[in-house]
Amino acid sequence: MAEDVSPFSRYPSRNDMTRRASRNVKEEAIHYALLATATLSIVTTVGILVSLMGETLFFFSEVSIVEFLTQTEWTPLFAIKKFGIWPLVTATALVAFIALAVAIPAGLLIAIYLSEFASPRARDVIKPVLEVLAGVPTVVYGYFALTLVTPILQEFIPGMRIFNGLSAGLVMGIMIVPMVASLSEDAIGAVPQALREGAYGLGATRFEVALQVVLPAALSGIVASAVLALSRAVGETMIVSIAAGQNPTFTLDPRVPIETMTAYIVQVSLGDTPFASLEYRTIFAVGAMLFFLTFAMNIFAHWFVRRFREEYD
Amino acid sequence: MAEETATAGGAPPVFNASMQWRRIKSHFFVALGLLSVLLGIVTLLVLLVDVIVQSAGWLDWQFFTSFDSRFPERAGVKAALFGTLYMMAFTMLIAVPLGVMTAIYLEEYAGDNWFTQFIQVNIANLAGVPSIVYGLLGLQVFVRWMEMGRSVLAGSCTMALLILPIIIVASREAIRAVPPSMREASFALGASKWQTVRNHVLPYALPGMLTGAILAAARAIGETAPLITIGALTYVPFLPEHPLDRFTVLPIQIFNWVSRAQSEFHDLAAAGIIILLVVLIALNSVAIYLRQRLRTRY
Repeated sequence: MAEDVSPFSRYPSRNDMTRRASRNVKEEAIHYALLATATLSIVTTVGILVSLMGETLFFFSEVSIVEFLTQTEWTPLFAIKKFGIWPLVTATALVAFIALAVAIPAGLLIAIYLSEFASPRARDVIKPVLEVLAGVPTVVYGYFALTLVTPILQEFIPGMRIFNGLSAGLVMGIMIVPMVASLSEDAIGAVPQALREGAYGLGATRFEVALQVVLPAALSGIVASAVLALSRAVGETMIVSIAAGQNPTFTLDPRVPIETMTAYIVQVSLGDTPFASLEYRTIFAVGAMLFFLTFAMNIFAHWFVRRFREEYD
Repeated sequence: MAEETATAGGAPPVFNASMQWRRIKSHFFVALGLLSVLLGIVTLLVLLVDVIVQSAGWLDWQFFTSFDSRFPERAGVKAALFGTLYMMAFTMLIAVPLGVMTAIYLEEYAGDNWFTQFIQVNIANLAGVPSIVYGLLGLQVFVRWMEMGRSVLAGSCTMALLILPIIIVASREAIRAVPPSMREASFALGASKWQTVRNHVLPYALPGMLTGAILAAARAIGETAPLITIGALTYVPFLPEHPLDRFTVLPIQIFNWVSRAQSEFHDLAAAGIIILLVVLIALNSVAIYLRQRLRTRY
């Protein structure tokens, strides 16, 4: 063509321009495809809310919400059905409390030890152990609690039953230790080195630096890690399903069989419960309660860190 | 150390001048820390020794090639092994592309606005949702509304949503680790955004993303609760041949055996646990190897 010999020919030809345009179309399409996958996380959250709330509303159209929140008997699978959630709540609270009583002191001590005392070589040994501990499937911990920890506890504690809250709680605590340790260590690691050096310069020992300087400075992160650990303990399922039993009893006795919220969901799921039956809806009502409890804890933890973080720069 | 000065109690701030006592406190604290570490190590060792001892004699060829049975000596993990394999294949096929694409969007495309913030907060929250709640989501959405039934596919979709946050976070980190100079060089040569991402960012981020995907797979293989909730079977005397067939997986099989009263089944559970742990250790080793290679590259 004539244009080709013009001095302007080194600029993009018409052909190039259409290619460029098609390239732009492709770029746009890819952009929107990526955006669509990113919104999937929102769709998932909406899906959780809709599926939980839908069945929960059906549930409360048949069962009084007052009974659900105030009664202390939970027998939805029996002939005489009672829907007081408290036995499940106390069981969940009991096991979570025992778990945290193990996980928070141990996790925090490990975190302080690793960041303030341990030699690099010790860290290289301990870190992988914690990672392995965190990677063990919960069903394995359940086996451990039922077949190993419970028989040992039965030796020492009179009246200890095969299924009990104590064994499940203790093992769950060990399971959560790595999580508390790593979150607390992150918080402690964020404390500026200058603070430590200042304290050392004044003649403080390592212990004093750790306890009186580093710990207060990292407190917001440590509290957050404790709350996240609680959320994890409340949502944990397999250990309690295997080792704590399936008897919804309104008690805080750690020696007897109980049933947590999660264990109840598992118990119902193991039977072939028909869709849209009342039993089917109970697990969504319990699940909704579980979701909002853990959701509130997670939000609180993130808010707490942001609100009470010590800024040093 | 030499001075034996009396403690100057009373005056605030309380200061104990006895160096010896302060040292002892320090040592005591280290002892407590080591004790806590020991708690973890001992638990791990006891657990390993216990499953190895308990499973002795049960881990034979017959165990791998048999279906579950009422008789412990005839029971095996064939259905559970294949179920885990199928479920994981579909799970990764769904979760990895979605996770990587989301990560690319957030790192390379998204503007700094409320919508991006919202997505990020959402992903962080989803990571903290208890796994059993994902099971309820899967039960209602995939099993019931989408009519997949209590199938391999429904299980995989549920599990994919569960591990998506893990894959997204790992992939984002991998993408962020690619130096900006790579992108700038590519743009300077006239490459478009997607060409830059496709040909320059992704190849460099690949080992990191792979590591994340493997760790996510390890998490999914050990998950039990969501699959029980969507109604995966505990007794499966057949191999799933179709994505819509019913299935069982290794952790559910272990749960089933632990839940039975006879101690022979507990031994079978120990044997199953060994297989599960071997698979997990293998996966983690690959992840560590990849991470190491990644480190030497930069």
